[in-house]
Amino acid sequence: MSKSIIRVEALHKSYVNGKNSLHVLKGLDMNIQEGELVSIMGSSGSGKSTLLNVLGILDNYDAGSYHLDGIHITRMNETKAARYRNQYIGFVFQSFNLISFKNAVENVALPLYYQGVSRKKRNDLALEYLGRMGLRDWAHHLPSELSGGQKQRLAIARALISKPKMILADEPTGALDSQTSREVMDLLKEVNQTGIAMIIVTHENEIAAQTRRIIRLRDGIIESDEENAAFQHESSAAFLS
Amino acid sequence: MLDYLEEILSTLKQNKLRAIMTGFSVAWGIFMLIILLGSGKGLQNGMEFNLRNIAQNAIQIWPGRTSLEHEGLTKGRRVQFTNEDVELLQREVSGIEDLTGRLYLWSEVPITYKSEYSNYTVTCITPAFYRIRRQNLIKGRFINENDQRESRKVLVLSQSIVDNLFKDEDPIGQYVKLGGIHFKVIGVSASPTDKDAKDALIPLSTGQRVFNGSHNVSNLAMTTAYQTVEANKQVENSVREFLAKRHRFLSEDQEALYVWNTMDSVKQSQGAFNGLRIFIWVVGIMTIVAGIVGVSNIMIILVKERTKELGIRKALGASPWSVVQLVLSESLFITALAGFVGMLLGMGVLHGATLILSKVYEGNPMIRNVFYNPSADFGVALSAAIVLVVAGLLAGFIPARKAASIKPIEALHDE
Repeated sequence: MSKSIIRVEALHKSYVNGKNSLHVLKGLDMNIQEGELVSIMGSSGSGKSTLLNVLGILDNYDAGSYHLDGIHITRMNETKAARYRNQYIGFVFQSFNLISFKNAVENVALPLYYQGVSRKKRNDLALEYLGRMGLRDWAHHLPSELSGGQKQRLAIARALISKPKMILADEPTGALDSQTSREVMDLLKEVNQTGIAMIIVTHENEIAAQTRRIIRLRDGIIESDEENAAFQHESSAAFLS
Repeated sequence: MLDYLEEILSTLKQNKLRAIMTGFSVAWGIFMLIILLGSGKGLQNGMEFNLRNIAQNAIQIWPGRTSLEHEGLTKGRRVQFTNEDVELLQREVSGIEDLTGRLYLWSEVPITYKSEYSNYTVTCITPAFYRIRRQNLIKGRFINENDQRESRKVLVLSQSIVDNLFKDEDPIGQYVKLGGIHFKVIGVSASPTDKDAKDALIPLSTGQRVFNGSHNVSNLAMTTAYQTVEANKQVENSVREFLAKRHRFLSEDQEALYVWNTMDSVKQSQGAFNGLRIFIWVVGIMTIVAGIVGVSNIMIILVKERTKELGIRKALGASPWSVVQLVLSESLFITALAGFVGMLLGMGVLHGATLILSKVYEGNPMIRNVFYNPSADFGVALSAAIVLVVAGLLAGFIPARKAASIKPIEALHDE
């Protein structure tokens, strides 16, 4: 049996705003294994963004427990949280979240900067990852000089460079046209093939249909959590090996 | 370290104009501080220049008229010093190092050399005089003990008198007529503060014998063996009491003697200049504070604008401390660089002023007694550097705390 990368038990989270308290997550249980390809679906207000923030150690939770790769993630100081994020999690966002005044290499190398990797080593590594994403020729361009698809590939390279255990992708194709969306999804699937767990938050059925397992959220509870029957096994990916 | 600098520079390059404008306020503050401190130093140097012609622990005493009745004697009596006063003071009062009586001949004595002549003030002194009032010897020698003991008819002239009487001739060994009597010129001197001073000095014994016929002296000048205000004051008081007893007036009588205690006035003016310096620092630091507030303000705006970027950095593993460092070092970089520029400019202006002033002195040497060699020394530069670093850290403190408190989720979802 493979090891679980995410283990969530009875997770509760409320947002308190003055006297109003908004109960967003109402007792979630979830178990995601190493190397899984999962999508989390739900309409806006279902709590999927909140869940993503908790899973990404960007936010605390109120009750229950969250284990990341066997480590109990509980209230921790920001320095420690930053270290865990850096080591275990790669982020891919809808709006790319690249640093606009840094070129492609610098953006990709940034997680390694915070690991204290030497300049030469991290730039070499960044170039290597850019090469894998087909962006070597764009290494010294600023994000503003890249297309949407290229930006997202850049973001994926950045997410991968610290060799994380899992990638959290928040609507990764939300800002892309359908052709580019397909390319990015293929890329994410290929990354997943190398054994990195991929968790994609989306509200598009089309995207969710490409994942092996679909978790549906509704009003802060898990509505359904099932294998995707329509998932096509692709054995063609010899990528990143 | 290199990475660090690159991070700072890359963000500053984003907002060149803003960085420059921010830096300007700090540069201006430091510039003003340096100029003010330099000017204060110039005033002080001017005052000290003024005192270069006298030993710092000198006491000079002029006789006056009594203003209080004492021992049945009426007030209004004139006090007259004699050689006996000098001898007794030297013997009886401890703490006196050098002592001379000074006798001024009736004002404006004609001095004649060949066909040239002019009227000058002639002062009769003993050799101790040179250890109390400072003179630069330009040629020949000063009046010595033998001159005094043997009442030789010799004199030392100021350079400016020599210029008038001798033109291009060598005055040493020449005889001039002073009030109708021949004197041999033995030396040429100059005052360290006033090159136009016209002093003609002859031995006291000669002056008394030839011109006065008595043992009178016009005033007393001495140095003490001490360097503190208190000790000098004490010597002054013993001298005053001794003279009061000898000349039978009350030692409290302020008009019987006029005393100028150099140490006292030196210390007083030093106190005043210390006060001035503190005032300048306060004003300067206030100016810098305005600069700090400016930098702080800009940094807060900068942090706000960079919320998203800082959020991304945090999501990717930047610890709060590394964000604090980033902001602090940026503010430190701006203030330090701008301050350094301001400091250099300030020092440059002071240097230029010194050069210009040295030209002005040639035309009007009296200005030197007021304002001389304005400069900021190494100590001032060092203090200014410390002020800058502290200012930079202070300016960055609030923005840095703000930056550290940015929550990555809020920053990332801030579309």
